[in-house]
Amino acid sequence: MNSTRTAPERPRGLTVKNGAAGDKVFSGLTLAAGVTILVVLAFVAIFLTIESLPALSPSLFSDQDSIDSADSFWDYVWPLMAGTVMASAIAILLATPVAIGIGLYISHYAPRRIATPVGYVIDLLAAIPSVVYGAWGMTFLAPLLVPIYQWLNTYLGWIPLFAEAEGASVTSTGRTLLTASIVLAVMVLPIATSLCREIFLQTPKLHQEAAQALGATRWEMIKMTVFPFARAGIVSAVMLALGRALGETMAVTMVLSPGVFSLSLITSGRNGTIPAEIALNFPEAFGMRQAELIAAGLMLFIITLLVNMTARWIVSRHKEFSGAN
Amino acid sequence: MSQSTTNLTAGPPAQKTGSNSLTAGLMPGWTWIVVAGAALVLGAAITVVLSDQFAVVGWVVLSGLLYIVGMYLITLVLETRRRATDMLWKNLVWTAFFIALVPLISVIWTVVANGLPTLISNPGILTDDMSNVVGADDQATAAGEAPLMGGILHGLIGTLTITLMAMVFSVPVGLLASIYLVEYGTDNWFSKAIRFFVDVMTGIPSIVAGLFAFSGMTLFVSTFISDSPAALQSVKMGLTASIALSVLMIPVVVRSTEEMLRVVPNELREASYALGVRKWRTITKVVLPTAMSGIASGVTLAIARVAGETAPILVTAGYAVSVNWNVFSGWVTALPVYIYRQLINPTAPAAPDPAAARAWAAALILILIVMGLNLLARVIAHYFAPQKSGR
Repeated sequence: MNSTRTAPERPRGLTVKNGAAGDKVFSGLTLAAGVTILVVLAFVAIFLTIESLPALSPSLFSDQDSIDSADSFWDYVWPLMAGTVMASAIAILLATPVAIGIGLYISHYAPRRIATPVGYVIDLLAAIPSVVYGAWGMTFLAPLLVPIYQWLNTYLGWIPLFAEAEGASVTSTGRTLLTASIVLAVMVLPIATSLCREIFLQTPKLHQEAAQALGATRWEMIKMTVFPFARAGIVSAVMLALGRALGETMAVTMVLSPGVFSLSLITSGRNGTIPAEIALNFPEAFGMRQAELIAAGLMLFIITLLVNMTARWIVSRHKEFSGAN
Repeated sequence: MSQSTTNLTAGPPAQKTGSNSLTAGLMPGWTWIVVAGAALVLGAAITVVLSDQFAVVGWVVLSGLLYIVGMYLITLVLETRRRATDMLWKNLVWTAFFIALVPLISVIWTVVANGLPTLISNPGILTDDMSNVVGADDQATAAGEAPLMGGILHGLIGTLTITLMAMVFSVPVGLLASIYLVEYGTDNWFSKAIRFFVDVMTGIPSIVAGLFAFSGMTLFVSTFISDSPAALQSVKMGLTASIALSVLMIPVVVRSTEEMLRVVPNELREASYALGVRKWRTITKVVLPTAMSGIASGVTLAIARVAGETAPILVTAGYAVSVNWNVFSGWVTALPVYIYRQLINPTAPAAPDPAAARAWAAALILILIVMGLNLLARVIAHYFAPQKSGR
């Protein structure tokens, strides 16, 4: 491989020089591709920041004193951030137990003949485009949930989440934050499930067999060997699913009829999320409004970045001891 | 606990073996059928009493609850507390499975039931665009005076061109970067940084990718071309959407290719080096062909993922009603955006049904495309995998 060393009687066509340039060019190309990725990510942050400066500080970067939609950018963005976090948190609360359940079902409960196709179908379902889930939530699920919301309001109305929002009554269309959360839960279910399943399957066989040999029932075996091994993995799977839910746009845009922030989950025309706000308003926005929406997108980027980095950090911290990786 | 000492193996109870010591203290194998039957009957009775009428959903939910509780109590009485807990969790895990199936089946059923009739009665929807369709046409259709007008051709073409363009950007970058990760910078700080930021990129919300492409293109146009309103208007085009999709696609390609390159046995590389072949020839002629099936399947999955994306295209490509093959200028509609627009802003706001029919037909086609790509990926991975030698 060394171009300075030349053998005395090397046959023609096999000289060491032949292709040395190719080596350089190729390794240069691969390095350039790696650099490109870093540059693109840096650009994502830089471009978003530059374009959102007029909204972040109107007096410095634009000829206006304040942004269009509110007195200050934070007044504008905090209800949206709260709505985003609320919708995603409810979705994760709903999806996590079910995802762990199906993960266990595939890894430990289902007969093998069923387990493989079920895992396969779950993977396919992860591929259904979000706009289809949105259309389903909007036309099919929302009307179906109206009686349930009215029931919740009648019997559990003393909980602020199920009370009516001020100046409005319980939804008659079902297009509320709770519906959006349910659709989000359905959407993140496949990804959370397949992550959980992978982790459960990696539990050392010997641990499981040892537990069973000591007379543990199946549940005791899972509690003693699978869960301790998979804990970090489950947490990171949930965090990754949360990252998905936070950035999910179309389902919320189509299902929710947005409005001001409110704790009530079952009133239409209340709450909103950052992605939905952008999707609804960006196509018609210009000037300051555009800057506001891009700045809101920047906030979303930061939130999801924090969530995802926490997940990766948990995985890397537990890498040696568990199946989290 | 006296029984549990006789049943060291906590496996499923054996069937009828009379009074042998292995099955002593176990309930008979048909218990669950009895409990299920009782739960169904009781559930039906309670449903009718509570709501004065028979509701299928309430009946199923109530019976499920009664079955889980019943099995727990019966196992508790006939066997031991530990086995009862085991039974409870087994039933809960099965319940999780059924709970998950309900919405997923419902989604598929809704799309097929709404989309298939339109596709069958109006096959022309595949070869037509929306350029000649106005609100009056849809109102006539809704009133039953005219056939369904319009179609999804421009959406199909838009998805095709935007996705192909995104592929052109992201496949070379993704491939080369993963070659760097595996073959050149095995564990230096730079490859660690790339790996970390690829993970970060995986988590970028799709709409943020759209905003990035839009802001980047806006900055580019206003700096190098002109910042007149007309020039800024031209930022919205297929190319911008492709850039947004590439941001989403590159990390997927890098991750899957990296995994595939890693499993190529080192013996192959060493054998090639031993023959005096250069590193780059080894990579292109030995390593890549060995991993090709896995790489191709990974790339296909990445395409499937971005082909269904709506949000980034919505904010970057505008909305067109006719076919636009040109990615470099003019507004483009992709299939997912078409679905969204037809449902949210129907062509005729007073008669949204024809628009909804077109949207559901488009949704069915989109699902078929995406699922087809996924299946294709599996087929590639399965049938084009390198032959294993008979070692």
